Amino acid sequence: MPYALCFLLFMIGLYCAVVKKNMVKIVIGIMVMEYAVNLFLIMLGYRTGGEAPIIDKTNIDPQTGQIIAGFVNNAVDPLPQALVLTAIVISLGSLALMISICIRTYEKYGTFDITEIRRLKG
Amino acid sequence: MSVPLPVFIAVPLVTAFILPAFGRKGKAVATAWANLATVALLVLAALSVGQSGVYEIGKWPIPLGINLVLDGLSSLLLLAISVVSAAAMLFSARYMEQYTAKAKYLSLFLLMVAGMNGVVLSGDLFNLFVFLEIASIASYALVGFGCEHEELEASFKYMVLGSIGSIFVLFAVALVYGNTGSLNMAYASKAIQSSGLNPGLGFALSLFIVGFGLKAALVPFHAWLPDAHPSAPAPISAMLSGVLIKTLGIYALVRVVFNVFGVSVQLGWLLIALALFSMVAGAFLAIGQWDIKRLMAYSSISQIGYVVLGIGVGATLIAKGANMAWASLAILGGLLHLVNHAVYKSLLFLTSGSVQMATGTREMRKMGGLAERMPITRTTCTVASAAIVGIPPFSGFWSKLILVIAAVQAHLYWIAAIIVFVSLCTLIMYLKVQRYVFLGELPEALQETKEHHGSMAVAMVFLACLCVLMGLLVIVPSLRANILDPAVNVLIEGLGYSARVINM
Repeated sequence: MPYALCFLLFMIGLYCAVVKKNMVKIVIGIMVMEYAVNLFLIMLGYRTGGEAPIIDKTNIDPQTGQIIAGFVNNAVDPLPQALVLTAIVISLGSLALMISICIRTYEKYGTFDITEIRRLKG
Repeated sequence: MSVPLPVFIAVPLVTAFILPAFGRKGKAVATAWANLATVALLVLAALSVGQSGVYEIGKWPIPLGINLVLDGLSSLLLLAISVVSAAAMLFSARYMEQYTAKAKYLSLFLLMVAGMNGVVLSGDLFNLFVFLEIASIASYALVGFGCEHEELEASFKYMVLGSIGSIFVLFAVALVYGNTGSLNMAYASKAIQSSGLNPGLGFALSLFIVGFGLKAALVPFHAWLPDAHPSAPAPISAMLSGVLIKTLGIYALVRVVFNVFGVSVQLGWLLIALALFSMVAGAFLAIGQWDIKRLMAYSSISQIGYVVLGIGVGATLIAKGANMAWASLAILGGLLHLVNHAVYKSLLFLTSGSVQMATGTREMRKMGGLAERMPITRTTCTVASAAIVGIPPFSGFWSKLILVIAAVQAHLYWIAAIIVFVSLCTLIMYLKVQRYVFLGELPEALQETKEHHGSMAVAMVFLACLCVLMGLLVIVPSLRANILDPAVNVLIEGLGYSARVINM
């Protein structure tokens, strides 16, 4: 169910990016898609009642010196969070560029409406 | 001598961040520095030909850490990237004097090169995405570099479609991680082999095809290319058409399809269908264009079709278990066309830049008779046109010949007919370029036109020589065995990739 909602969010973003005529709304649509994917990555690593994947003394069996099975079964997968952090930084970079191009385009054309920004065709 | 792999990413990346420090006064130093970096990369890429290896970053063993993989296909692409970027950088030394903020241009250019080198070397799906974004974001900025009406519009269009493509790729990477528990291509591929394709992975594969298809501008996803490539400064058009769409699109698609998911007959036919649409639609749309760079951009779509066609025919033959010799011939044709197209299309864009710089227009109807005024541009443009049309002994002839032979051997005669037909359309469009730009009456306004010599001419002549000599890659057995065959073998071995990387 959460996955379906996440996919719905992705589709809303895609719809917004493809259908809307306003440049800023298109950018918002793209960002909604980006966040949907980030949410999906976080959900991959989510575990109900999981614990942080940090090994300390309580997680090591004093007799054998091995990591206890409970920790292995409960620990959250840390990798998706690292991926999401990287993805957020990348999307920040592309968002900054997109917005600055929107601003420059507005200075040139005086509008955000992509149906009026049409010098290129053919 | 083996070249440490991170150097290919570190050299352009470090140079890119040093260059803006030179500021306005150190423009000449910055230019020299950037050229030095691209030439050094060219030397390193040439040294790494015929080698293979896995580099584990920070000595973390591969399922845990990030790795870089060099194999035949990567080194072929590295060579193409470094040849085109060295020529384009040399061309920019003079050409980019027209623009302000040259140091920023050089640094974006090198960031793009770093991203592309990273894509071809990465052995890890998420890293592939990161490098893909580095190269793409740099290219969005470069397309809009002129900051005029058309450039901003093209850049926005490119950026919207490019970002959607990147997000699709990221979504697919997440799905692969969720289903296989690994981001490393070799381990993900091993997991897919043992579990088979479940619906989640199938969805991931289709997202990969759409995402990389958007980057490669295959026909249903091509809308951004004819705007973006002409709007960029000429050396950047050369880089975008010459190598960017191939590394971010074709290479990444082929790597994921052949080496991670494995080929199937349906997938092969899907690639063939995309390729044929691109070839035919690109060629028809190109013939009607009057903007010289726009014509070349549409012709890029059509030529990308050839590359994908060869690889698609190869994929169907492998999946059917037909004669491997013909499968490898088809793939050889596709990959050779990839390298050839990188060289002659970048040369064509450089000549168009030279024409635009001299005449101040891209409109072919306003030109004419430039053959006498611009002899070097004219000669190199003719060589490149002959190569793209496929006149022997120029480079395009060999790859098209191989593709036709492979299609006939696969009993796909209609495909061979389409290849020849699209070649004829290509002939028409480049005759149009020759006729309207270089022959005919010299208009009044262009009487004083002068060609720029120096670095621009050197870059064009260098690529023109390559256009003539590329045929040797096929004819000379030792060159072929060192450069092309290892690349073909990577695709033929398919899922054997994972075992090879894990054991290396």
